[in-house]
Amino acid sequence: MQGIIEKVTELLDNGTVDRVLAWKAGEFSYDRTPAVFDKESGLYGLVYDSFCVNNLSKYLIEESKKDGKVLVLMKPCDSYGLNMLIKEHRVDREKIYVLGVPCKCKVSVDKIKATGLTGILDIVEEGNDIKVTTVYGDTTLDRKDVLCDKCMVCKDKVVVVYDEKIESDETAGIEKLDRMAEVEALEAMTPDERFNFWRSQLSKCIRCNACRNVCPICSCTKCVFDNDNTGISSKANVDSFEENMFHIVRAYHVAGRCTDCGECSRVCPQNIPLHLLNRKFIKEMNELYGTYQAGTDAEAKDPLTAFTKEDAEPSVIYNR
Amino acid sequence: MQVNESSKEFKPCIVAFCCNWCSYAGADLAGSNRLSYPADVKIIRVPCSCRVNPLFILRAFQRGADGVILCGCHPGDCHYTTGNYYARRRMTMLFSMLDYLGIEKERTRVEWVSAAEGAKFAATMNDFISTVQSLGENRKLRDLRCKE
Ligand code: SF4
Ligand code: SF4
Ligand code: FES
Repeated sequence: MQGIIEKVTELLDNGTVDRVLAWKAGEFSYDRTPAVFDKESGLYGLVYDSFCVNNLSKYLIEESKKDGKVLVLMKPCDSYGLNMLIKEHRVDREKIYVLGVPCKCKVSVDKIKATGLTGILDIVEEGNDIKVTTVYGDTTLDRKDVLCDKCMVCKDKVVVVYDEKIESDETAGIEKLDRMAEVEALEAMTPDERFNFWRSQLSKCIRCNACRNVCPICSCTKCVFDNDNTGISSKANVDSFEENMFHIVRAYHVAGRCTDCGECSRVCPQNIPLHLLNRKFIKEMNELYGTYQAGTDAEAKDPLTAFTKEDAEPSVIYNR
Repeated sequence: MQVNESSKEFKPCIVAFCCNWCSYAGADLAGSNRLSYPADVKIIRVPCSCRVNPLFILRAFQRGADGVILCGCHPGDCHYTTGNYYARRRMTMLFSMLDYLGIEKERTRVEWVSAAEGAKFAATMNDFISTVQSLGENRKLRDLRCKE
C-alpha cells in the first residue's frame, strides 16, 4: 500500500499522468468505491487493500476519452478485462498508464455478514485475521473463510497488461477450487431438474441490469436492451421476450469473450449465479474448440470468431 | 415434460431458417418434385446460415415456435465460403445453453441441405416435425422466469 501511494504520487508529480483511477475509502472502513483522483484533489482517501474488490477496467472506457493520461491500479484478474477492452478498441491504450498491483485475494463483506454477524461497526484486517467490531462485541474471523467466491477460482496472480507493476509474493494460502465443479453438477441433473433450478434462480431477477453494467465485456455504447429500434423491444410481446430471454442473451453476448472475472455474480443483488451461465460456455468452448482464456492477450481470436473445418456438428449436443 | 394423449392432434409450429443458396433451393426442389412435408413449417429465407443471429432463434421460440431448425449449405459449400462454419459454432453453443437451462434439446436442430437435396429436405422436415410433435408445446422456454 505504501509503495503504491509513493509510486502514484511520483507519477502524478512528474506529469506522467494527469489522473488516477483507484479505490476510495467510503463511510465504513470496509467500504471501497472506485474513484478518480487528480493533482487538485490529491490522493486523500486512496486505498488499496483486501476490500478493493471492484474491477476498474470498465471505467477506463470513459476515462480514456478524456484529455490527458489516466493511471489505473490494475489487479491481476481485472487486467484480463482491460485486454479485452483494448482488443475490442473500447479504450485508448495510449491514454492509460497501467500500474499492476499485487493481490492476495479479496475479502467479501457479504460473506462476513453471512457468518451471522450483525450490527457491524468496523472491519479491520490484521495479517490473516479479520477483526470485526459489532455493537455486540468483537469477533475475529480467519481470512481464508471469508474470501470472495471469485477469488477461490482465481486464474493466477499475473497482471497481463501493464506499464509497470508492483510485485509481492504474499498469497492467501488457499487451495483453488475447480471452477467447473458446479457446472458439472448441473450437467449431471435431468433436464427437468435443471429447468427448475434455473427457473427458480432467474425468476428472482429484478432487471436492475447491474450484471450488464459492471461487466467489462458488456460494453456496447447502446445495449440491445435499451435500444427501441431493435426487434427485441419494438414490437408487442416486448416485455415477455426481453424479460424471459435476458439471461440467455446476456450470457451469449459475452460467450467466448467473458474473462470469468466474476463481477456479474458478485454484484447481483438477487444472488443469481450468473457465472454458471458464463462458465458453461467457457467449458463447452474449451472442450470443443480448444482451451482458451479470454483476455490473456489482446490479439488472439476468440472461439466464436474463428472456426476449423473439422469442428463438431451441433448434433454433438444431442448425442450426449 | 408431459406428452399428453392428444399429442397426435397437436400441430407444432416449426420455423425453418433456410439459406438462400442451398436449402431454400432444396425446399423449392422438394416442392416442385411434389415431395410432401406438412404446411406447419414456416420457412424464413436468409442470405446465408451465418445471417442467423442466435437472437432470431430465441425470438422465434418466444413468438410461438415449438421447434426451430436452421438449414444451410454443406460445410465447405457455403456461397460465401465460410459462413456456415461460423454458424455451426454459434448454433452449437446456443443449443448447448438451451439444453443446460433444461429446455428440450430436440426442439432445435441444424441440418445441411444442398440445392439438389429436395428429398433430404422433405425427409428432414418430416422427421423434425414428428420429433417436436412428440415433445408437445414449447412451454418451458416461454416460461423460464415464471412470467406466465
Ligand atoms: S460476464 Fe461476468 S464474469 Fe464474465 S467478464 Fe462479464 S462481469 Fe466478468
Ligand atoms: S444483476 Fe441480478 S437482478 Fe440485476 S439484472 Fe442482473 S441477474 Fe437480474
Ligand atoms: S450461403 Fe448457404 S450457408 Fe452460407
